[in-house]
Amino acid sequence: MIPMIHVENLAKNFVLHNQGSVAIPVLAGASFAVAPGECVALIGESGAGKSTVMRILYGNYLAQGGTVRIGGLDITQAEPREILALRRETLGYVSQFLRVVPRVPTLEVVAEPLLALGRPEDEAMARARDLLTRLRIPERLWALSPTTFSGGEQQRVNIARGFAHRYPALLLDEPTASLDATNRETVLHLIEEAKAGGAAIVGIFHDLEARARVADREIDVTEFTPRLT
Amino acid sequence: MNAYNFAYLDEQTKRMIRRAILKGVAVPGYQVPFASREMPMPYGWGTGGVQVTAACLTPEDTLKVIDQGADDTTNAVSIRKFFEKTAGVAVTEKTGEATIIQTRHRIPEQTLTEDQILVYQVPIPEPLRFLEPSEVETRKMHALEDYGLMHVKLYEDIARHGEIATAYAYPVKVEGRYVMDPSPIPKFDNPKLESAALQLFGAGREQRIYAVPPYTKVVSLDFDDYPFDPSKPAHPCALCGAEDSYLDEVITDDAGSRMFVCSDTDYCAGRRGDGA
Amino acid sequence: MTPLLNVQGLTKRYGGRIGCADVSFQLYPGEVLGIVGESGSGKSTLLNCLAGHLAPDAGEVIFDTRSDGPRDVLTMSEPERRMLGRTDWAFVHQNPRDGLRMRISAGGNVGERLMAVGAHHYGAIREKATDWLGRVEISAARIDDRPSAFSGGMQQRLQIARNLVTGPRLVFMDEPTGGLDVSVQARLLDLIRGLVRRMGLSAIVVTHDLAVVRLLADRLMVMKDGHVIETGLTDQVLDDPQAPYTQLLVSSVLQV
Repeated sequence: MIPMIHVENLAKNFVLHNQGSVAIPVLAGASFAVAPGECVALIGESGAGKSTVMRILYGNYLAQGGTVRIGGLDITQAEPREILALRRETLGYVSQFLRVVPRVPTLEVVAEPLLALGRPEDEAMARARDLLTRLRIPERLWALSPTTFSGGEQQRVNIARGFAHRYPALLLDEPTASLDATNRETVLHLIEEAKAGGAAIVGIFHDLEARARVADREIDVTEFTPRLT
Repeated sequence: MNAYNFAYLDEQTKRMIRRAILKGVAVPGYQVPFASREMPMPYGWGTGGVQVTAACLTPEDTLKVIDQGADDTTNAVSIRKFFEKTAGVAVTEKTGEATIIQTRHRIPEQTLTEDQILVYQVPIPEPLRFLEPSEVETRKMHALEDYGLMHVKLYEDIARHGEIATAYAYPVKVEGRYVMDPSPIPKFDNPKLESAALQLFGAGREQRIYAVPPYTKVVSLDFDDYPFDPSKPAHPCALCGAEDSYLDEVITDDAGSRMFVCSDTDYCAGRRGDGA
Repeated sequence: MTPLLNVQGLTKRYGGRIGCADVSFQLYPGEVLGIVGESGSGKSTLLNCLAGHLAPDAGEVIFDTRSDGPRDVLTMSEPERRMLGRTDWAFVHQNPRDGLRMRISAGGNVGERLMAVGAHHYGAIREKATDWLGRVEISAARIDDRPSAFSGGMQQRLQIARNLVTGPRLVFMDEPTGGLDVSVQARLLDLIRGLVRRMGLSAIVVTHDLAVVRLLADRLMVMKDGHVIETGLTDQVLDDPQAPYTQLLVSSVLQV
């Protein structure tokens, strides 16, 4: 099977120009692949580079070497607009933090990925309502901006938004953090549904039980840490 | 009177003004700059019109001068006397007898002919002036036919007054190209801008001359749903009974009595002489 | 896909001093490009050259026109450029006073572009103006008020309505939220974002405010001393800046 996400020989370092141009190597020789319908968990200690890998996969960080193919597009070489199109159509990302424009109602925040794809408004809104209901965001909050919500509520809005469109590739950064048992269960269901729907998923799960339940494989990013010679 | 050249201005100046007039005739509605001279009268008294008239006059001409339609007001009388003195031309109060008519704020009621020239005194020649203060910009707007702003003025009129409240100096488009200020004539006169006579406009202080040649198309600007309406108060003239002429309101005593009479004194007198 | 705007080697000098030098980029339909940099970095010079307000010394600004396909704006005749300026292009000034007619009612301000392209039906113009005032959240009851009676935020929203009423495809914005209170800024940004998405607009936004580009721009261009020193996806440039200057810029202004 052709992998949905294919990382080869990935290298990343940070050069801090304003602090004596010190170069900090973070990743070297990282290679892995994720097939459709497969969920891979990134593991490793804090600071090992899990988040860095995720951010490179999303095009948020630049890679210094290697290739990252997602749905056939090498995002280390792609034009910004190609990455934007990829993010719209193919690649979803549920980060730990919700970043939205103030004043936009929650329902619209969740429906936005579908609207951006040009889906009919009623279809997008119906999907948003369904997800918000499943994630137990009270209906009276839907017309309000999520910027005023509690941390847990914001996290659930963020998840609803991330799952609104059925992305073929999905990046999850601690999706179950700060959730109660019922909501956690809902999120795990959503992940399982996405897998069953053929999504290739890369996730960071500190919740070991959750990881054991949804992840098919684990990749220890410590292996990608550059060896200083 | 040998102290002055014929019609006051020296021949070089007349040449310069005639060039401007010719250019104005060639480009109808376009404001041609010219080097306006000091005249022996204050700005605002028709210095532009007087210079155009002086440049057009020949010894054989018969001159008529009106101010607000009347031949007997101070301004009209002084200009007429000025040319009697400096050019020695014949003068008349009869519209039909004149070959050159200098006017302020009116077009005579009697239809003009191909043998006549109508010279307007113009205070502010730029129709866009009160909308766009920059001369550089208004010139560009004319050059590029960028006239949206002109309609904005009419829009503002309707928004504020429920109708196009502009009653005089009503902007027109000449020969489908230049937007022109017809000088402060009442909008009632606008249809008469399409005429057999040559019409010349002189603005002394602003140093501009422009022209509407005979039989040129002159369209008053308007909106589809608020068409141009050249109407005037619905009264007949109290003296001659005319219902088709533009009227002045005259207060007749301290008690507020008033009457409406023709503003064109020659037209009114002519009708009364005819026994109409 | 044909880029909406294709800029090549754009250079503007002020005597011996560089305004902007050798700037090249493409803007595709629906994209929002942010240009950031400090005062004097050349970002406003660049914007004014692109919008035809300044004549550059060298380069090409090729715009994909509706009628004739890609054409170099710089070699267009002035009437063509003006026509573009009131149909397909829009320019939102930092100071609403520069982009509005202060002595003309709000309705007249919005209607001007319509009338400039030949709309001569008062009722239709007024209806469209009312609709646009609503879209920028100005009450229809204010349609006959002059902008001088409006707050700064309202003036800026009116300027946006005035610009977008003819359905342009490319909007230039020069510090659109500069000089506004933070709360007013958020409302305006939200409004602009909504309009950009619904109308499928492309936009070039010049600002020194990184929070503004974070919310509005898909892509970023960082300028310094007239040169483009870094480009990329907005979040990538802000989160993983490569050039020394960008790193300094990001680390000294944020957290956004």
